[in-house]
Amino acid sequence: MEHYTMNLTLKIWRQQNTQTPGRFETYPVKNISSEMSFLEMIDVLNEQLIKEGKDPVAFDHDCREGICGMCSMYINGRPHGPWQKNTTCQLHMRAYQDGDTITVEPWRANAFPVIKDLMVDRSAFDRIIQAGGYISVNTGSAVDANAIAVEKDHADAAFAAAACIGCGACVAACKNSSAMLFVSAKVSHLALLPQGSPERKTRSMNMVAQMDKEGFGACTNTGACEAVCPKGISIENIARLNREYMMTGLSDD
Amino acid sequence: MKWSEIFTSSVGKKWVMGLTGIFLVLFLIVHVGLNACIWAMDNGEMFNRAAHFMGSNAVPRILEVGLFAGFLLHMIQGWMLEWQNRSKRKQGYAVSMGNQGSKWYSRSMGILGTLLFLFLVMHINHFWVPSRITGLDAVTIDGKQYHDLYREMLTVFQNNPLVVGLYTLGCISLFWHLLHGFQSAFRTLGVTNPRYLAFIENTGLVFSLVVCTAFALMPISMYMGWVK
Repeated sequence: MEHYTMNLTLKIWRQQNTQTPGRFETYPVKNISSEMSFLEMIDVLNEQLIKEGKDPVAFDHDCREGICGMCSMYINGRPHGPWQKNTTCQLHMRAYQDGDTITVEPWRANAFPVIKDLMVDRSAFDRIIQAGGYISVNTGSAVDANAIAVEKDHADAAFAAAACIGCGACVAACKNSSAMLFVSAKVSHLALLPQGSPERKTRSMNMVAQMDKEGFGACTNTGACEAVCPKGISIENIARLNREYMMTGLSDD
Repeated sequence: MKWSEIFTSSVGKKWVMGLTGIFLVLFLIVHVGLNACIWAMDNGEMFNRAAHFMGSNAVPRILEVGLFAGFLLHMIQGWMLEWQNRSKRKQGYAVSMGNQGSKWYSRSMGILGTLLFLFLVMHINHFWVPSRITGLDAVTIDGKQYHDLYREMLTVFQNNPLVVGLYTLGCISLFWHLLHGFQSAFRTLGVTNPRYLAFIENTGLVFSLVVCTAFALMPISMYMGWVK
């Protein structure tokens, strides 16, 4: 693809902290390379702001290769921007043309309060994982890889669910700010494997209880989460979580 | 875990919506089937007999209580969920995601349901109230007295384009509500198998189309004079 440069207008959400109300600020950026990633373009803007003696835009990022789940921008009405199965850091500026205006907002949900600008507090996800997204094993020497038989189909489905990087795009996209795609991916990837079976029942109960406590909404199966998920997590997982939860809830003592 | 905790969790509440939804879908099958008797072209005889059976037999009368309970539960739970879900994002987006990734009707179940509720108020007032409370004219079939519900339908629809229009709007709302609700209910109940999901989605589409078209054609055929 041919390289080109572009001048853009950025409308970026600026918010000093959780308590202060935020607002949009408009910034022009010039000579942006089509080869840059979206975050590199924000880096260019921040260098410009620092030179002008202004406060740079705060945003989350870490690996910048699409696997850590830190970047979290809602770009022109879509989490992680216009591309499919993609994170913000892997969105490249060739997705835009000279003269474009790009609106950038943080994930918006009560359960994800804004820390500053485009950076939100996603520790609610950590607490959901702590409530049950693990297996209890004795430490020591590793068990032989073939000691526990796993059906290939289940292994594949568990792996697909385990691909969730916990970025929160599902919550950002959902009209109900529901975390069901995230929680269901975490429940599914353990429920489908024999190692996850001993704590299977308490896991779904505890994780859903924590999810509700954190203030996420209920799932109405609209499918917006699946459409924006950078890892292509399927909403089939949500149905699996529903089944796990209700079967345990109705059958357990 | 207690039932009270399970059914007040977000998953439990959706489960109640799904189960009551499927129950109401089953009711629609009975309702559309019986009402289709107006097309028997026998001056409403078959329809009046069917209506009489539903009104006099103990089984439908007991089910009727369940039906009202199901409607109430589905509506109240639905409104509460809608309100709770909407309150989870106090600061909204400047640029909305719109139809990227989800269908408009899947996001509009609350408003479609409210339209259906308004329709139901009118509908119950038109037919259920006269046949159960305020009374209807009688018609004699084979020496036996029946409520002339068929005549009541003709009175309501024959010369009343506004009512026919409102009923058609009700049927359109029902179509979109069912199109999402039918398959969503099964997902909520835990169907994950793609084979069954494809089957359920297609069944939902055909069901919504057939039932809503049939319902809409009832007032229209009386207005147009196709049945007299």
